[in-house]
Amino acid sequence: MYIIVIGGGKVGYYLARALLDEGHEILVVEKDADRTKFICNELGSVCVRGDGCEVATLTEVGTGRADMFIAVTGDDEDNLVACQVAKHKFNVPRTIARINNPKNETIFKELGIDVTVSSTNIILESIEEEVPTHPLTHLLDIRDRGLEIVEVKIPPDSKTVGKLVKELSLPPESKLFLIIPKQEKPHVPTANTVLQAEDQIIAVTTPDSEEALRTALRGS
Amino acid sequence: MKVVIMGCGRVGSRLAGLLDIEGHGVTIMDINDYSFRRLSPDFGGTALVGDGTDEELLKKAGIEEADAFVALTQGDNRNVMAAQIAKHIFNVPKVLCRIYDPLRRELFSSLGIETFSPTTIFAQMLKEKLEAEEEAE
Repeated sequence: MYIIVIGGGKVGYYLARALLDEGHEILVVEKDADRTKFICNELGSVCVRGDGCEVATLTEVGTGRADMFIAVTGDDEDNLVACQVAKHKFNVPRTIARINNPKNETIFKELGIDVTVSSTNIILESIEEEVPTHPLTHLLDIRDRGLEIVEVKIPPDSKTVGKLVKELSLPPESKLFLIIPKQEKPHVPTANTVLQAEDQIIAVTTPDSEEALRTALRGS
Repeated sequence: MKVVIMGCGRVGSRLAGLLDIEGHGVTIMDINDYSFRRLSPDFGGTALVGDGTDEELLKKAGIEEADAFVALTQGDNRNVMAAQIAKHIFNVPKVLCRIYDPLRRELFSSLGIETFSPTTIFAQMLKEKLEAEEEAE
């Protein structure tokens, strides 16, 4: 596959290296002369100095025959425009944009970028998972349905310990589908399941009712 | 008419002043409050510090009720992004966008954004001026 990468920073460089290892044909477009030289020294002649949003540069690097176009600079607006130029001017079948500001995720989707990767969100999520006291952890987004799968831990001193599932005031958009008790095997909760201290609950919910779900399960 | 202008440089501040004098409601945004020094002391509109590609800030600037949005920062890409947000997310009826790069301008005008390239306009003007003088000689 011929893949063009815009931005030769840390992300661009390591991405290009990984894709080269997999046997793809790679070209990196980088604005900075020294950085371009560095990448060429490390990876061979796979980096061209230029502006990845400029039609002239993109013509020169053969964007018309690219199978994939990935923009990973540190500026969201540059990534957006580069992908739009690739898509609309050169008809690249698949465009991927890195997003630095998580707020831009929906905007990029609405403006027609095929895939967005929010580096800030990914870092946040990984850290969240490592923080043991965090009351609600995001496990997975089901983006096109506006749903997410989350994990909630029941603290030992929670008011909901000993309550039945049907007694909880769960938001209507949320559904519990697995309880992982501390000692026993995981089981699917029913209306009469009793919550126990340190249960891990896996649930599906919407971003808006996340807070209500957390309150219903933890009682605070 | 209610107008939101992004970028308080020479052009932005001047446009804001002209519209304000004629009684239009003007909100001008810039990421640097030092840029607002360019506004005339009698400017009656709103000056707002912030990034015009940020949805929340655009809402604060009144983009939802705006009749027009003009993107005039130094960055072509920032202008393009803000103009698209105004047009496609907030459905602002009139969106104008400055793009210095003539090729990029061509592309985005074909994507339905009303764009202006001062580079093309000014080069053309200078050329005509030079040719007119040559003919006169």
